[in-house]
Amino acid sequence: MNFKEYLKNNIVYLDGGMGTLLQEKGLKAGEHPERWNITHPEIIAGIHRDYFDAGSNVVCTNTFGANILKFDDSELENIIMAAITNARNAAYESTSKSQKFVALDIGPTGKLLKPLGDLNFEDAVSVFAKTVKLGAKYGADLVIIETMNDSYETKAALLAVKENSDLPVIVSNAYGEDGKLMTGATPAAMVAMLEGMGADAIGANCSLGPKQLFGVALELIENASVPIILKPNAGLPKAVDGKTVFDVTADDFADDVAALVKKGVRVVGGCCGTTPEYIKSLTSKTKGYSPIALANKNITVVSSYTHAVKFGDSPVLIGERINPTGKKRFKQALIENDIDYILCEGVNQQEKGVHILDVNVGLPDIDEEKMLKTTVCELQAIIDLPLQIDTADIAAMDTALRLYNGKAMINSVNGKAESMAAVFPLVKKYGGLVVALTLDENGIPKTAEGRFEIAQKILATAKKYGIDKKDIIFDTLAMTISADNTAALATLKSLNRIKLELGCHTSLGVSNISFGLPNRDAVNSTFFALALEDGLSAAIMNPYSADMMKTYYTYKALKGLDENCAEYIDKANSFTVTTSAQAVNNKFKQEFGSELQHAVIKGFKEKAGEITRSMLESVPPLEIVNREIIPALNTVGIGFENKTVYLPQLLMSAEAAKSAFEVIKTEMAGSENKQNNAAIVIATVQGDIHDIGKNIVKLLLENYGFNVVDLGKDVKPETIVQKVVELNAPIVGLSALMTTTVVAMEDTIKLLKEKAPWCKSVVGGAVLTQEYADKIGADKYARDAMETVRYAEEIINI
Amino acid sequence: MNTQTFTKTYSSPAFCEKEILRYAGCKSADSETQKLLESCLNEAKDKLVYKVCYCQLPVSINGSICDFGVFNVQSLKLARNLGGCESVIIFGATIGVEIDRLIAKYSRISPSKALMFQAIGAERIESLCDSFCADIKRSFKTNLKPRFSGGYGDLPLDVQKHIFAVLNCAKHIGLTLNDSLIMSPSKSVTAFVGMTDKKVDSTENKCLLCDNKNCAFRGAL
Repeated sequence: MNFKEYLKNNIVYLDGGMGTLLQEKGLKAGEHPERWNITHPEIIAGIHRDYFDAGSNVVCTNTFGANILKFDDSELENIIMAAITNARNAAYESTSKSQKFVALDIGPTGKLLKPLGDLNFEDAVSVFAKTVKLGAKYGADLVIIETMNDSYETKAALLAVKENSDLPVIVSNAYGEDGKLMTGATPAAMVAMLEGMGADAIGANCSLGPKQLFGVALELIENASVPIILKPNAGLPKAVDGKTVFDVTADDFADDVAALVKKGVRVVGGCCGTTPEYIKSLTSKTKGYSPIALANKNITVVSSYTHAVKFGDSPVLIGERINPTGKKRFKQALIENDIDYILCEGVNQQEKGVHILDVNVGLPDIDEEKMLKTTVCELQAIIDLPLQIDTADIAAMDTALRLYNGKAMINSVNGKAESMAAVFPLVKKYGGLVVALTLDENGIPKTAEGRFEIAQKILATAKKYGIDKKDIIFDTLAMTISADNTAALATLKSLNRIKLELGCHTSLGVSNISFGLPNRDAVNSTFFALALEDGLSAAIMNPYSADMMKTYYTYKALKGLDENCAEYIDKANSFTVTTSAQAVNNKFKQEFGSELQHAVIKGFKEKAGEITRSMLESVPPLEIVNREIIPALNTVGIGFENKTVYLPQLLMSAEAAKSAFEVIKTEMAGSENKQNNAAIVIATVQGDIHDIGKNIVKLLLENYGFNVVDLGKDVKPETIVQKVVELNAPIVGLSALMTTTVVAMEDTIKLLKEKAPWCKSVVGGAVLTQEYADKIGADKYARDAMETVRYAEEIINI
Repeated sequence: MNTQTFTKTYSSPAFCEKEILRYAGCKSADSETQKLLESCLNEAKDKLVYKVCYCQLPVSINGSICDFGVFNVQSLKLARNLGGCESVIIFGATIGVEIDRLIAKYSRISPSKALMFQAIGAERIESLCDSFCADIKRSFKTNLKPRFSGGYGDLPLDVQKHIFAVLNCAKHIGLTLNDSLIMSPSKSVTAFVGMTDKKVDSTENKCLLCDNKNCAFRGAL
């Protein structure tokens, strides 16, 4: 019987700890246990055999850290071959009558993936791929991915297994005391992602004893439709009289795990500190237990790297603002590769309360695949909301889904055969909740009946790809009522039928309904309320619209979805919008020159923006910049140089100035009034991932009107020099924090002198000194950001 | 001697606002800076973890060679620091990834907050190391030398590779080492702490061990 069949109807017993047993047998601190497969095969096979004898159905090979980051190709192959042979020999020698399997064990790489660490996602996939291929080659029955404390690395490993073998794969994560992975994912989030990608069982191991993992196990059971794994530690290790002792006995361990088997855990074993005795105790305690039958939980869900968002009674809000359609300022940001602007749109929408961010960066003249990839990676570096990948470019969709850290929402598929053939394979491979538009080769049916039929067709086709209906969410297409005054009715009726008759969730791009009408918010929000009443599960909407948010909170309060109306009461005040800026206060005029100067000097970010907005009604933009913002910045800048103003204050002022500039920029977006001065290229050098200092310099340079091209952190010398040459940049700013990365700074300067001798280099960062800067041949050492600004003023005349 | 690696999780040590402001380059806080500090503290405090993994190793000193049995390093300053010690605690400590996420996020949208989170992180990890050392001092009933990390004085940063191999920091507390020897999460420390029966001068200033004479924080401790 193969593993998958066995898993269907049985409780599966895994093995227990390996590392602790090897230490007892002489493995030294810092020594690679994987090498023992070759040097001490009899010990490794002996431990495996003891586990089989104790009742384990599955032993995990001694390959936890067997990967190309730790071993070269030939040693890795020898280790994996020996490891599987050891486990096979143990199965052969064991006297146990139980079904026996050998699982290729895959643990974490020991490195953190970008952006938190320095390992690229694709490099991680390649590392795991190598191990998987060898495991398949030497005949493992299944793969166990275990002790993963990061969702992204878990995804990389699972993807590697799926792409390089047909083996069954079970996936287990290490949860902390807070019930989350080290990088923040909840069990529900992990289930969403892993089940979407096709893991055969999902669970928890290591870190804690069985009692502490109780909550995690229950959350896994509640959310997963596949079997649940539990492989806890024998509690925590303690040093007693010079010996290491784990604080949960075999008997207690078995009791606790058995209790969870009764709740629905199906695949059980032990991790650190457990021994064959623990497994024996567990198999005897659970003898006669029949496995709890698996049930399809039918949960429609997406996830980020921290949490899951479920679709149910409470409406899900999907922020629509990361989209260039009809937004001049956003288009400009895309053309200028201004990622910070896009990130701000994400953060602002999150603060307004959306649950998911729609991400659409398609413009005719840009490389959408590249842009979407960058945007998704940058967004998921700083915002923990699930993303909706919104693109018609299939290659871009593929790349974005691959790199997305979680189970994404996908926008969209439709009833055209071509669309389904392109999108469904991606949904199946990466997991995802796909928005299905009820249109096909014949266009959008006018009637609800026609749209309903397309929905049925889409569901039937999805099924052929093995995609469950819980992973399809229908959009019955809101069309403007200004062109057809029955348009809303058809949309609402079809979504209601889909909800009731097909049992599927629905989503609408609400704002389309009012296209061409005045006061669109009024129409949108009323339509939103009607759609919610007809069963709408989610809306792609503008969270900056007070009317929309009002509808959302009042709907929840009226529908019993807001306990004690607490959320409504909390938000009620924000419903009243103040549109007129307050009158200029004379006091500020006297003391600070003007109210705007006061706001900038004091660092009142929002106020600076508001005042600028109202000033623009009567004052030309350039005058605001030259008469208000620049003098205020100068006051603060001089204060900083004279040490009467400290760095946090300088930065708060700079941010307030930036917010004023942003208002002016939005006002002028699309007009030919761009800065035309030479570019300053800045970057944190290769190998260094610290960028606060560099970002501070960027902020101040921009405030002073310089055109800054920020290449980010960990940037190769070639990339920097290439950009300098391309832009004919007169200055390059380089930042490094570590002595180890100053070397990369030196390399960059060398290359600059060769390829772009006109360009001046200014360097800064914690470890740098004048002496160091001279040594590596920099033109200027800047102690702080203001010094860089002054230097730039010397070199470039604005 | 039990040379196994153990882990400990601590509750939040008391915050020292003055120290945070010092790390933020601020000698005194006006009301806006104070507000900024408070809002950042509120946002960060529930997101931090306080984890340490450590092991005890024997040490023998021969000139500038410090031999810990499973590996040795050459550093005159570390040798001097560990003089008279028979064993040493090697530890890795971290306050987790969330502070890095906060710094990364605000670095893109509000550098003043990023600066403040960076300062909070620096103060937190130092406080965690202090709590851990106080704990070790109590539980091992020993006196401790000032902690000493790779990159201090003439101790090369390469020593990180040995420390990470011995402690398996990634598995125990989720602490990893990048190719450029930077740690992730970034608000983390690894160090040697010598154990001795003799009294240790607690006023010993760790800045004196450091060769960076131009450091903005030098002597401020």
